[in-house]
Amino acid sequence: MDGIHDLGGRQGFGTIRYAVGAPAFHADWEKRVNALYGMAVRRGIFNMDEYRHAIERMPARQYLSASYYERSLTSLLTLCVEKGIVTREELEHLAQGIVPLSEPSAPGRTNLPDPETFQPGDLVRVKNDFFAGHVRMPGYIRGKPGVVVSESPRYPFPDAHAHGVEAVDEPTYDVAFRTEDLWPNSADSALVHVGVFQSYLERAL
Amino acid sequence: MNTQSRPSQVAPIENRVAAIEAVFEQRGMEPKPFIETMTHAAEQEWVPRNGARVVAKAWTDLAFRQRLFANGKDAVAELGLSMPAHHRHLVALENTDTIHNVIVCTLCSCTAFTIIGLPPDWYKDLDYRARVVRESRTVLREMGLDLPPEIEIRVWDTTADTRYMVIPVQPPETIGWPEEKLIDIVTKESMIGVARL
Repeated sequence: MDGIHDLGGRQGFGTIRYAVGAPAFHADWEKRVNALYGMAVRRGIFNMDEYRHAIERMPARQYLSASYYERSLTSLLTLCVEKGIVTREELEHLAQGIVPLSEPSAPGRTNLPDPETFQPGDLVRVKNDFFAGHVRMPGYIRGKPGVVVSESPRYPFPDAHAHGVEAVDEPTYDVAFRTEDLWPNSADSALVHVGVFQSYLERAL
Repeated sequence: MNTQSRPSQVAPIENRVAAIEAVFEQRGMEPKPFIETMTHAAEQEWVPRNGARVVAKAWTDLAFRQRLFANGKDAVAELGLSMPAHHRHLVALENTDTIHNVIVCTLCSCTAFTIIGLPPDWYKDLDYRARVVRESRTVLREMGLDLPPEIEIRVWDTTADTRYMVIPVQPPETIGWPEEKLIDIVTKESMIGVARL
């Protein structure tokens, strides 16, 4: 989905609030959220792709204003309701207030047809593909040319795995893109390497 | 419950966390010991010193360095370091005098957290995620790393479950130091790639 989570290359953001040795956690509840969602994954209540997608499904204004662990919590609560672990009413009764949840999911999809196999050095292009469900193709590489650098192990296809759809694991390719191709005349010069699932790629001639 | 009895205010975040913890407790999932174990791991086991050991070893042991670049996950296992099952691959990125690597996750905030430690707050902020792929040199300069123009930048966006760590250039004045002493100079920031040593 072309959601607000897909931040790479978006303009209008500010100076990084950076400090050497900055902490991962700022409050005790953040540690508990981190453990509780990990526990749910460990117990098979949901998988990491479902977890990531439920974060992406937060209404955009909530996503932007929530902290990292609040987004994590919203995903955990949404999935526990969707999976029938608890009802929203029970959560709101226990929490003594409104419990914001993510928007419903669009359907998933299985692997795309006619997958091609690539070798290091191959010129590829990211398909001009739009999909309302979970996808791990950042918008900034859509339709863009790149060069295959290497192949990674096979992973569950996120577009299926986040939605309970059957699919085979896919290779991902480390593809190098030039910022000159991604944002012509509007970026610092660099190579951007992205792990791209086979289904998202086609050969560039 | 009908709509009239629904609450009108958003529950404080601590209440929402306590609610799901109570649900897990009621379902017999025993969340408390799990939280303790997980928090201990996050604070005591998944520490940047793990990655620092990998870097120091790569600086001092050429054969290990080659194994690390060939198969990172197997190589760190030699040091007793493990990664979650869904992290199927670890790629070590070699900084040189002419190449600088930096990692990000633009879509969420993925990292090799068991090796380099849980990501710091700024890594998970929207500003870093949005900007570093497009304005890498500018962002690094803002963060205190002013790279000379002859150093080429490579940004690694963690979109699949392959994980990355940066192997910084060894400072020349530390050549010949024992591994234990080298471990102490390697920072989390240098393994993310927002600092050089």
